[in-house]
Amino acid sequence: MWAELKKGAAVAVWFMFLTLPIMVVKVNPIEQTVVWRWANLVWLGAAVFVLTVVGRYCSRHRTELSAFWPDAHPLLAHPQLKRFLLIVLALLATLFPLFFSSYQINIMTTALMYAVLGLGLNIVVGLAGLLDLGYVAFYAVGAYSYALLNYHFGLGFWAALPIGGLLAAIFGVLLGFPVLRLRGDYLAIVTLGFGEIIRLILENWNDFSFGPSGIAGIPRPGLFGLTLSVDDAIMYIYYLVLLLGLITIFVVNRLRDSRIGRAWIALREDEIACQAMGIDKTKTKLTAFALGASWAGMVGVLFAAKTTFVNPASFTFLESAIILSIVVLGGMGSTVGVVIGALVFILLPEYLRAFADYRMLLFGAIMVGVMVFRPQGIIGNPRRRSYPLPMAAADQEVGHE
Amino acid sequence: MSEVRPLLEVRGLSMAFGGLRALHDLDLEVSCGEIVALIGPNGAGKTTFFNCLTGVYAPSAGDILLNRPDGKALRLNGLLPNQITKHGLARTFQNIRLFSEMTVLENVMIGCHCRHRAGILGAILRGPATRAEEAAIIDKSYTILQHLRIAQYANDVAKSLPYGVQRTLEIARALATEPVLLLLDEPAAGLNPTETSELDALILQIRERYRLAILLIEHDMKLVMSLSDRIYVVDYGERIAQGTPAEIRNNPAVIKAYLGEDDA
Amino acid sequence: MEYFLELFFSGLTRGSIYALIALGYTMVYGIIGLINFAHGEIYMIGAFTALICATVLTIWGLPPLAVLGLSAFAAIIWSAAYGLTVERIAYRPLRHAPRLSPLISAIGMSIFLQNYVLLAQTADFVSFPALIPDFAWLEPYRSIIGSSDLVILLTTAVVMLLLTILIKGTKIGRAMRATAQDREMALLLGIDVNLVISVTFVIGSALAAIGGVLIASHIGQINFAIGFLAGIKAFTAAVLGGIGSVPGAVLGSLLLGWTESFATGYISSDYEDVFAFALLVLILIFRPSGILGRHHNQKV
Ligand SMILES: Nc1ncnc2c1ncn2[C@@H]1O[C@H](COP(=O)(O)OP(=O)(O)OP(=O)(O)O)[C@@H](O)[C@H]1O
Ligand SMILES: [Mg+2]
Repeated sequence: MWAELKKGAAVAVWFMFLTLPIMVVKVNPIEQTVVWRWANLVWLGAAVFVLTVVGRYCSRHRTELSAFWPDAHPLLAHPQLKRFLLIVLALLATLFPLFFSSYQINIMTTALMYAVLGLGLNIVVGLAGLLDLGYVAFYAVGAYSYALLNYHFGLGFWAALPIGGLLAAIFGVLLGFPVLRLRGDYLAIVTLGFGEIIRLILENWNDFSFGPSGIAGIPRPGLFGLTLSVDDAIMYIYYLVLLLGLITIFVVNRLRDSRIGRAWIALREDEIACQAMGIDKTKTKLTAFALGASWAGMVGVLFAAKTTFVNPASFTFLESAIILSIVVLGGMGSTVGVVIGALVFILLPEYLRAFADYRMLLFGAIMVGVMVFRPQGIIGNPRRRSYPLPMAAADQEVGHE
Repeated sequence: MSEVRPLLEVRGLSMAFGGLRALHDLDLEVSCGEIVALIGPNGAGKTTFFNCLTGVYAPSAGDILLNRPDGKALRLNGLLPNQITKHGLARTFQNIRLFSEMTVLENVMIGCHCRHRAGILGAILRGPATRAEEAAIIDKSYTILQHLRIAQYANDVAKSLPYGVQRTLEIARALATEPVLLLLDEPAAGLNPTETSELDALILQIRERYRLAILLIEHDMKLVMSLSDRIYVVDYGERIAQGTPAEIRNNPAVIKAYLGEDDA
Repeated sequence: MEYFLELFFSGLTRGSIYALIALGYTMVYGIIGLINFAHGEIYMIGAFTALICATVLTIWGLPPLAVLGLSAFAAIIWSAAYGLTVERIAYRPLRHAPRLSPLISAIGMSIFLQNYVLLAQTADFVSFPALIPDFAWLEPYRSIIGSSDLVILLTTAVVMLLLTILIKGTKIGRAMRATAQDREMALLLGIDVNLVISVTFVIGSALAAIGGVLIASHIGQINFAIGFLAGIKAFTAAVLGGIGSVPGAVLGSLLLGWTESFATGYISSDYEDVFAFALLVLILIFRPSGILGRHHNQKV
């Protein structure tokens, strides 16, 4: 016990030293003034001390503790309860706009959009194991396709939605073709570079994309030619996004349990063995990449329709990082986890204002923490799927022997 | 063309890693239904030979010709590993490479992948054709597991299996690709004597049931001698002998290469 | 011709800075095979530490040269401490995890450090005191090369020399090379691999800190986000030269510096950053092993 406290104190002292210049001193080089914030140091030291002692205690009792938070949550495994929960959730989601202000609905729409983005990226990262750090590029492709097609040709939302998805998928294939043979970490960096290139082009190619000022006045989605009031339109978009989310969940689950989904997971586990099993590595990766991209494209179109304005600032690397951390937090490969991850990440900072400033700090910390302590994410990856075995065949065989 | 060409014909195969000559001018043939063993001391280049056959490495010279029993003849050089598997060569790995997070059944189902075709749309809509195909895949995979007597593990995660079962699962997975030639890289490595003699029987059964030829790398001489129709011996990437087990047993060059290593 | 020379030297200066950062990437990659995504942030923290230190010392009335020396020293100490801590927290527990886990952890660390500085300091650009004095005798050549360019070039050259001596001639350098070649083997031979990895992070971070001080006083302002772009560019340089290779990192950095300098000078400055990213994408696609890197055949 004493030793643990001493250890905690040592770590605390190290961190107090580490953060000394940046946490304590704040300078203004122009006016040559200095503010010393010694209180910060005391707080930080105390916090690190407590965290270390508690953290070390927890990691020593890891097995006992992990019983409280098992891999696939038993509550979710219970089929009746699961159905009940789903119905309640569906009701809540459907009735939500009737009881809340436009402001709240907008926030919820944003959260749902991130959920869909997360699910799309989950196909690429979670299932196929391809770390895509430039996912936001496809999101931008979707948003700008709608904005530009509408600006030049007056194309409506419903025409732009599939086009945006398709264009993003084409971009995915174009990028994927040369880079998908790269090793995982190089692939990550190339996609990051690609994402930044797209953003920089949007920022600088004024004739094409109207530069940093972006494109305004994008129409909201139409409903059989009706003109909706702004409030109604917000509600309408909420339902659209909700619908897209449901479709996404359906599609992603079906894909995961299919021949293709199996191939993605196998590819994630061992590429060489996978090829030896006759799986076309490039083609399989490319499908995952293009499918993931097309989802980002569609959400991009929705995003443009929702905000009625796009500019390159919405498509920075940070955006990719947020979507990635949703996937990581939720547990790569897990649908429920990703949805929960998105809701937590987007809603929490909105409602806990104090939280908002620390949002990105927490994102970063969570990404590290999840990787180190719980690589399977909050929900865990319910991969262990058992198939119903053909019993008839089994009996027959036993009879033969 | 009256003469029957062998199933697999390898002519003058060479492969180098930088300065290291891993294979040099190697010839080898396997006929339909044969069990052929490839033996040699550690580092002789046996695994490298498999890697060249299956397209993992690109050989620097030589031809690899496959004459399938259905009459199709083709050259395997330069094809991708998955294409080669599709043409009927399947392999196991010396250092087991299962999909360790997947179940036993799923591992075999992955092997079935290249013989089926359901695509994205099929997966999403899950129409009758897709469902029938999925059922057929499960059926076929399960049957293979039964043949190899590991069906009781079907829904277990691969990494949790006992070592011997993992080795068998590698074979099961390879069989699922419907090969005409099965390449086994040290299937008995790490098995105890009982397991090894079971493997002996199993390999013979596999040949009968699936009507395929087997090319086998193995250090266990007892197994090699009892199973093989013919044996090739390589050392330092070169073929130093070939013949029936009886011929190889008494070949002075082989004894010399193996001196101090042969425990048969 | 004069314009050419000006671009040549500005490219050289840029390249030297990239080299100081790129070495950290290359050394860490060589030893643990990880793209240390948070390395750019270590450089940024070095710059901030130097800024804080320099301002405080100037207010206390120390002479400029002492200010320069002490703040550079502080930057090196604290950057190294951050590098060490980041490795302990975010990478060491993941040493045997799947390859992508430490990369995701590194990205998280990078976001965390950026926002940590943003919250503890400021979101705005802060002007950095001109620590490097103007040399009067350089006046005639001012249009081609400034005195801070010269200091950067000389410092980089000296640092490279010291690093080479360290890697080639000392015991720890030998241990580093052995670990880079085969970690398992090094462990069997009784090399303290954890120590070697820590030392690598310390050296890489210290080099980045030197880069941070130099570039900050060269450009004159910094903010919390400078690490991202600088990091990506230095990484590009490391890959261009062949990641894992120390001379490769230097060569790649100089090439990247010149590419950027000439491309912005003769083509267009709007797309300054696009050139680096495009170069990165092109190398990784066409020659992932870089100029001096060796192609590895994966053993099956
Ligand atoms: N990817 C590679 N890069 C460099 N050298 C390699 C590579 N793969 C194999 N080698 C070398 O080629 C030679 C032959 O190796 P190989 O694995 O084919 O031997 P083997 O006959 O299978 O031995 P064992 O019985 O131990 O499995 C060895 O010297 C090995 O070190
Ligand atoms: Mg071998």
